[in-house]
Amino acid sequence: MEEQKVTTQEWKFTAKDIALKPEGFLPGHRACAGCGPANVLRMVMKATRGPTIVTEATGCMEVVSSIYPYTSWSYPWLHTAFETAAANASGIEAALKVLTKKGKVKQEHIDIIAFAGDGGTYDIGLQALSGAVERGHDFLFILYDNEGYMNTGIQRSGGTPLGAATTTTPAGSVMPGKMQNKKPITDIMVAHDLEYVATATPYYWKDMLQKVRKGLEVEGPAFLHIFAPCPRGWRSEPAKTMEYTKLAVESCVFPVYEVVKGKYELSTPSKLIQLAPQKKIPITEYLKGQGRYRHLFTPQHQHVVDTLQRLTDERWAKLQKKVEQTA
Amino acid sequence: MSSKEKGWREISIAGVSPKSSVGFMTGDWKTYMPIRDLEKCTKCVMCVLYCPEGAIRWRPDLGKIEFDYNFCKGCGICANECPTKAITMKLPEPTEGE
Ligand SMILES: Cc1ncc(C[n+]2csc(CCOP(=O)(O)OP(=O)(O)O)c2C)c(N)n1
Ligand code: SF4
Ligand code: SF4
Ligand code: SF4
Ligand SMILES: [Mg+2]
Repeated sequence: MEEQKVTTQEWKFTAKDIALKPEGFLPGHRACAGCGPANVLRMVMKATRGPTIVTEATGCMEVVSSIYPYTSWSYPWLHTAFETAAANASGIEAALKVLTKKGKVKQEHIDIIAFAGDGGTYDIGLQALSGAVERGHDFLFILYDNEGYMNTGIQRSGGTPLGAATTTTPAGSVMPGKMQNKKPITDIMVAHDLEYVATATPYYWKDMLQKVRKGLEVEGPAFLHIFAPCPRGWRSEPAKTMEYTKLAVESCVFPVYEVVKGKYELSTPSKLIQLAPQKKIPITEYLKGQGRYRHLFTPQHQHVVDTLQRLTDERWAKLQKKVEQTA
Repeated sequence: MSSKEKGWREISIAGVSPKSSVGFMTGDWKTYMPIRDLEKCTKCVMCVLYCPEGAIRWRPDLGKIEFDYNFCKGCGICANECPTKAITMKLPEPTEGE
C-alpha cells in the first residue's frame, strides 16, 4: 500500500487544489463506466484533513475497490459486513481510544469515515447506525445513495423512489415499479439529535467537500447523505451521471441542505431555487432518459408521475418549513 | 499469479489486498475515447473533478490537463460536463493488425 500522505494544514477547496490532492480512492477500481458512487468516494477522500481510517459495508463500492490482490485505497481501509459499517466505526473508535491510552497510537487524532450504500443504511445497516450515533462515537457516516441494491443485481431498497423499476419491483401491467416512496432517512438521522447532518450531490463538488470536512470536524457522530446515480441500475447513459445529480437538485427531488445542531439550512444550490421558485424544474425533466422510469411515460402510468410530483413538492415545502421553524 | 508471489500460507491471516489497483488497468474497457481540443480547453479542471476514475490529471508543470487512457473507461462524463465542449468522444483509430 502507498505511504499515507498526511496534510494537517487547512485545505483550500479550490478546483485546482482538489485536482492536485493525492487520490485516496485510486484508479484501477472495477466500478462500471460512469459510476456515480465511484466519483463520490474519489472526491470525498480529497476532503480528508489528516490520518483517516475508512470502513465500508458490503456493496458495490466495497467490491469494486478490493478485488484480490488489488486495493483501490491509499488510506487504511476495512471491509465489514453489509449491516455493520457503523458498528465497525464504533469499534475502530473504541480501539483507537484504548491504544492511545496505552501509548501505541502516535497520531494526535485519527478521523474515521464509514461508507455504506442505501441498502447498508436505510435497511439492514440502520440499527447499527442508530446505536452508534446514540452512543456518540466520533465518526462520519457517509451514505452513497444509488437508490437500490446494485451489487446484487438491482433490487429495491428503502431508498428506491416510488415508481422506479428494479428487479424486485418490475414495471408491468400490474405494478408501476416500486409502490412505496423513498424513506426520509435524513430526517430519521436528524431525530437522533446529531450535531451535523447534511445532504450533497457530486455535481456541486465544492459544497459536497465542505460538508465532508465539516462532518469530520464535528466531535461526535455526523451523517452525510450523498446522491450517487448508478447508470447500470438506473438504465441511464453513463455520460449523464453528473447531469442527473444536478437535475435532482433543480427538481427538488434531492434538495441539498445542512442540519447543524437541529437547525435546518438550505445549501446554495437549493437556496437559489427557494429564492427563485420559477427555476424549479418539473420532475419529468429529471425522470426522462432514466430507463428505470421509462414505463412512467405512458398514459397508463401518468398518475404515478403526478403522485411523484406531488410527493416531491410536499417534501420540498416541508423542508422549507423546517428551515423557517428552526431559524 | 506468478510463482514469485506468496502462497496462502505466507500471507497475513486477515484478508489483505497487497497490491494497489493502479496495477490493474481498466482502460481497455472503453469503446469511445475522450479527445480534448487544446484550443477550446480553458483548464478549468472540471473534467478532472467529475471523472469517476481519476483518469484525467491536472499538470501545473505542463500547464494542461492530461488523460490517462490506461484507466479511462470511456464513460463520457468529462465530455458531457466540459463547459466549453472541448472534449469529444471518438472511436479510436484501429491500430495495425486489428
Ligand atoms: C446479511 C447480508 N445479506 C445480503 C447480502 C448480499 N448483498 C451484498 S451487497 C448487497 C446490496 C448492497 O446494496 P447497497 O447497500 O445499496 O450498496 P450498492 O451495491 O447499491 O452500492 C446485498 C444484498 C450480504 N452481503 N449480507
Ligand atoms: S452497478 Fe452502479 S453503483 Fe455499482 S459499480 Fe456499476 S454503476 Fe457503480
Ligand atoms: S472541463 Fe473542458 S475546459 Fe475544463 S479543463 Fe476539462 S477539457 Fe478543459
Ligand atoms: S470518459 Fe469517463 S473515465 Fe474517461 S476520462 Fe472522461 S470521465 Fe474519465
Ligand atoms: Mg445502493
